[in-house]
Amino acid sequence: METAIFLIFAALALGSALMVVTHKSPVYATMSLVVTLFSLAVMFVLLGAPFIGALQVLVYAGAIVVLFLFVLMLLNISKEEHQQEGQTVHRWVALLGAGAFVGLVVPLLYRATQPRNAGALTEQFVSIREFARDLFTRYLLQFEIVGLLLLVAVVAATVVARKPPAAPSGAPGADSPVSEVEP
Amino acid sequence: MQFELLATAAKMALMLGIFILGVAPIMLWVERRMSAFMQDRPGPNRLGPLGLVQGVADAVKFMFKEDVTPAGADKPLYLMAPALALIPALSTYVVIPFGPDLTVSGKTIPLIVSTGGAGVLIFLALSSLGVYSLITAGYASDNKFSLLGGIRAAAQLISYELALTVAVLAALIPAGSFYLPDVVAYQQKHVWMVIPQAIGFLVFLIAMFAETNRLPFDLPEAESELIAGFHTEYGAMRFATFFMGEYISMTALSMLCVTLYFGGWTLPWVHLTGWLGAIVGLAALFGKVSLFMLFYVWVRWTFPRFRYDQLMRLGWKVLLPLAILNLLAVAVATLAGWFPGVG
Repeated sequence: METAIFLIFAALALGSALMVVTHKSPVYATMSLVVTLFSLAVMFVLLGAPFIGALQVLVYAGAIVVLFLFVLMLLNISKEEHQQEGQTVHRWVALLGAGAFVGLVVPLLYRATQPRNAGALTEQFVSIREFARDLFTRYLLQFEIVGLLLLVAVVAATVVARKPPAAPSGAPGADSPVSEVEP
Repeated sequence: MQFELLATAAKMALMLGIFILGVAPIMLWVERRMSAFMQDRPGPNRLGPLGLVQGVADAVKFMFKEDVTPAGADKPLYLMAPALALIPALSTYVVIPFGPDLTVSGKTIPLIVSTGGAGVLIFLALSSLGVYSLITAGYASDNKFSLLGGIRAAAQLISYELALTVAVLAALIPAGSFYLPDVVAYQQKHVWMVIPQAIGFLVFLIAMFAETNRLPFDLPEAESELIAGFHTEYGAMRFATFFMGEYISMTALSMLCVTLYFGGWTLPWVHLTGWLGAIVGLAALFGKVSLFMLFYVWVRWTFPRFRYDQLMRLGWKVLLPLAILNLLAVAVATLAGWFPGVG
């Protein structure tokens, strides 16, 4: 039965991922992304990591992609309108990015198929308790760095997005220091 | 294997039958009669004793009504949206425990559908998908009021989901587990979580109303400004499906609330096991959930609707900081050993 579930959701993940990049309407592409993320979450659960699976749905499908849709609807990008015929520069950059990605994935795949690296999943490996302990001890520095990165991103977004303050005459306008971001 | 599959199917059928499918027609009646009572008028009282059969008549009417799709609608998404409202709401109940372990022919059956360790996270993950139905309905209807409703829904649900999740996390800390039967066991042994975590409960309660789009937070469908918001263009059974989805997610969130803060299926000072325990447990859970459902109706017909900026301000500037403070306080208290039974 697990094989059947795996096959169904693997097909679903691949198919919807293909839709994400090929569909003309941005809204359909985004909805396909939700299907992809959900299918991947099912994969995580099948691998014995329900925590990662649940987080995948909760964070990505439940919040981030909703924001994508939110922006699409706010800007009201109508169907098939923004199909710019790709400029050559774009194509080359895209190719470069794809090449770099493949360069990252292939060694990983190779490593994963080596028998000495393919240890069995243990109870300890997938338990939420152990996972949390590792995150806050062994990987604490990395964890904090990611946190800091997110904080910087949030502050930057606030600075970019806020309206220039209704400047009293003579005061500097839009580019006042960050510390004045409203409490 | 066969036995376990059968048991799981039986548990699912039980939960679906009692809490999920029974709830929509009953709630429809309760809501109308109770609102009528609060407004000093009779309400629907013609069909059957006390008008109880009115819901059936309405369902039949919805099924036979013509199903109209607007000409400009984005058809696949338009048709999909009501189903998207129902599916996540129908699946969240799998992590709610509803009784003590049963022993049937030498095998122990825990009275919860999913025994996976991620527990309440599964609930949160699935319920966070419910917002897609509102967004797609708003987008696909080709109606500016629907679109506004959909946008509002997206912003509102994301804002309040944060506060809700943080409140839930705080409630899990003393029990030290994501698995809800552990949380219930902790409460039965020590104290209902609502007493030490009254603030967390308050945040959860308010966020619960916002998450289900119920008054005073029904901004996505505010009839006085958006006609009916995201479901303006829906009629017949599709409209009824949105309604069912709303009632079912109300039930699901009430179940989570009862399980986290009010001891779930347990009753204080009552320790029953076996079949009797299972029946009493189910009845207790049903009773507690019913109280919350009545509370939903009571609030709906008591409070006026929030303004949109008030809603966002409440979510981000009051509830979220309150939830985070509560989380910190609970974490510190747990580390200091102020919660009973935590070592």
